[in-house]
Amino acid sequence: MKPIFMTYTKKDLINLAVCMVLSVLIIPTFIKTEYWYTSILIPWLCLALATIGQQIVMGYTGQLALGAAGFMAAGAFAMFNLILRVPDLGFVGSLIVSGLIAAAFGILFGLPSLKVRGIYLMVATLASQFFIIWMIDKFGWFKNYDSSGIITAQDIVILGKPFTTPLAMYFVCLAVTTILTLLAMNMARGSTGRNWMAVRDMDIAAESMGVSLLRTKVQAFAISAFYCGVAGALFAFCYLKSLEPVAFDIKLSFKILFMCILGGLGTINGAFIGAAFILLFPVLLNAIGNNVFHGAIDATIISSIEQVIFGLLMIIFMIYEPLGMAKLWENLKQSMRSKLSSSGIKGVKSPILKK
Amino acid sequence: MANELLFFMEVLVGGLLAGTMYSLVALGFVLIFKASATFNFSQGAMVFFSVLAFCGFMQDFNIPFVLAFILAALLMVVVGLCTERLVLRPLMNASEDTVLMATIGLGYVLEGLAQAAWGVEVRRLDLGIGDFPVPWIADNLKLFISALDITAGLVAAIMIIGLFLLFKYTKIGLGLRAVADDAGAASSIGIPLKHIMLLVWSAAGVVALVAGMMWGARAGVQFALVDLALKALPVLIIGGFSSIPGAIIGGLIIGAVEKILEVYIGPFFGGAIEGWAPYVLAIFFLLYRPEGLFGEKIIRRV
Repeated sequence: MKPIFMTYTKKDLINLAVCMVLSVLIIPTFIKTEYWYTSILIPWLCLALATIGQQIVMGYTGQLALGAAGFMAAGAFAMFNLILRVPDLGFVGSLIVSGLIAAAFGILFGLPSLKVRGIYLMVATLASQFFIIWMIDKFGWFKNYDSSGIITAQDIVILGKPFTTPLAMYFVCLAVTTILTLLAMNMARGSTGRNWMAVRDMDIAAESMGVSLLRTKVQAFAISAFYCGVAGALFAFCYLKSLEPVAFDIKLSFKILFMCILGGLGTINGAFIGAAFILLFPVLLNAIGNNVFHGAIDATIISSIEQVIFGLLMIIFMIYEPLGMAKLWENLKQSMRSKLSSSGIKGVKSPILKK
Repeated sequence: MANELLFFMEVLVGGLLAGTMYSLVALGFVLIFKASATFNFSQGAMVFFSVLAFCGFMQDFNIPFVLAFILAALLMVVVGLCTERLVLRPLMNASEDTVLMATIGLGYVLEGLAQAAWGVEVRRLDLGIGDFPVPWIADNLKLFISALDITAGLVAAIMIIGLFLLFKYTKIGLGLRAVADDAGAASSIGIPLKHIMLLVWSAAGVVALVAGMMWGARAGVQFALVDLALKALPVLIIGGFSSIPGAIIGGLIIGAVEKILEVYIGPFFGGAIEGWAPYVLAIFFLLYRPEGLFGEKIIRRV
C-alpha cells in the first residue's frame, strides 16, 4: 500500500501557517467592508479552485482543455438539485456529491484525450462546454421548472447553522479551498502527480515505462472536473447567489484558461496568483477610469482595454516566460535570497530550486 | 410524400449553403496551418475585427463600398505584418501549444481593439443581397433558398478555386508548400520565410474579411461572430486541418447535419441542438478518423 499523503517539509508548514493566520485572523479583523468579501475574496477563492482544476488537467497532465465553466455549471446545478431533492445530504455532502457528478462528466468528455491531443482535444472539450449548458437550459427538471431563467440559490446551512453573512460565506469558501488545495498539492507531489507530469512531458515514453495512459488521463480529467464542480457550486451559492446557465458560458472558460496560463502552468500557487490578477485587474482599471479620468472614458472602452491588455500579457508571457507569474515570483524570491546570503555568487543559480 | 421529400431537400440545401459560411471561416485557419503548422485560434477574432473595421469605414466615415473593402483588406495586411513581427517570429522555436496560446491572446487583443475603436453595439451590414428566398427558384423548383446563401456559396467556390490554383501552380504556392513541409529546409534553400508568413497571414485576413461580410449580412456585425467562428473548429476536424477541399466538405457536412438534426430531432429536445451537435460530431470523427477526411495522417515521433 502506497502512502496517500506525502510528508510536508518545514517550509510547507510555515507557508501554511502564514496563509492560515493571514486568512483566518488578519483578514477578518481588518477588513470590515462587505464589498471585499462579496466581490473580491469569495469569487477569488472560487475561481482559484476552478483554476486548480484547470491546472491539473492542463498544467500537470498537459491536456489542452477548454471546458472548465461547463463542469462548474454541472457542479452548481447538481448542488441546487441535491439540496432541493435530497435535503438529508446536508451542505457538505451535497458539495461532495455535486463534485462527483461533475467528475462523471469530466470522465465522459475526457475520453477523447486518449486518442487526440492539442487543438483536437480542445475542440472535443468545447463539446462538453456547449452540451452541459444546453442540457441544463433545455431540460426544465434541472432548474426545477422555473420559468424565469434565474433561480435563487438556497441558503447555506451546515449542521443546522445558517451561513448567510458575507463573512460566514467567506469562511465556507476558505475551508473548502484550503482542504482541496492541500489535497491537490499532495496529489501533485505524490505518485499521482508524477504520472501526470510524465504523461505531460512525453506520453509515449511514459507509457513505455509502465504508466497507464488510460488511467492517468481519465483520472486527471475526473479530478479536474471534481475541482471545477465544487468551485462552480461555491461560485453559484456564495458569490452569484443565483443559478443561471448563462453565467457559465464559454467566456468564463476562457477566463479560467487565462488564470491558469498567466498564473503559471503546472503550479498550484499560480492558480491563486492568476485568479487574483484576472479578478483584480479590471477592478483596478475601473478605479483608474473613475478616479483619474473621472468617468470620462466609457465603461465599454475600459472593458475593451482590459481585454487587449489580457491578450497582450498572454502573448508577452508566452514569448518571455511561458511558466507565468508563479515563475516570476519564484525568480524574485531567488534573487532576493541570493542578495541576502553573502555566500551567493553573482550569476550562479542555486540548483535546489531548479524545477 | 412528395412534399416531405421537398421539405427535406430544402432543409438539406439550406444546410449545405449555410455550411459554406463555416467553410469560409475554416479556410482562413487552413491557410495558416498549411503554411506554418500554426493553429491560429484568433481567426474568429480576425473575422470580427475585419468586418467591424469594414463597417466602421463605411458607416462612420461614409467611405464607398469598394474603397472600404480595400482599406479593411489593407488593415488586415497590417495586422498580418504585426503578427508575424511581434508574435510569430519570437515564438519561432516554441512548441505548438505555446503558439496556440499566444494566438488565443492575439484573438483577445483583436477583439478588444475592434470594440474599443468601433463600439460594441450591433451594426447592420447591407450588402445589397437580400436574405430572402430567390423568387425564380421558389417558383420553378419549389425550394426556398436565400439569395445570401447562394452568394456565399459562389464566393466560397471562387475563393477555393483561386487558392487551389495559387497553391498548385504558382511559385508562391510552391514556396508555401515547401515552408509547410519543413520550414528550416525551405529557408536554407532561400525561400524568404518572412514574406511567406506575411503573405499567408494577409490572405487569411482577407478571407476573414469576406467571411465576416457574409456572416455580418446575415446575423449583424456583433461579438457573437467570434462564437460562430468557433464552429469552424469542428469543420476543420472533419475536413482535416491542412486541406482546402477538406474545409469545404467539412463545412458542408457540418452545415447539412446540424440543420437536419435541428429540424428532425431538435423538437424532441426543445431545440437549439445546433449549438453543440457539430462538436459532438467532431468527437466521433476524432475517435475514428483523427486526421479528418482529407488531412495528412498524424505521425508522432518519440
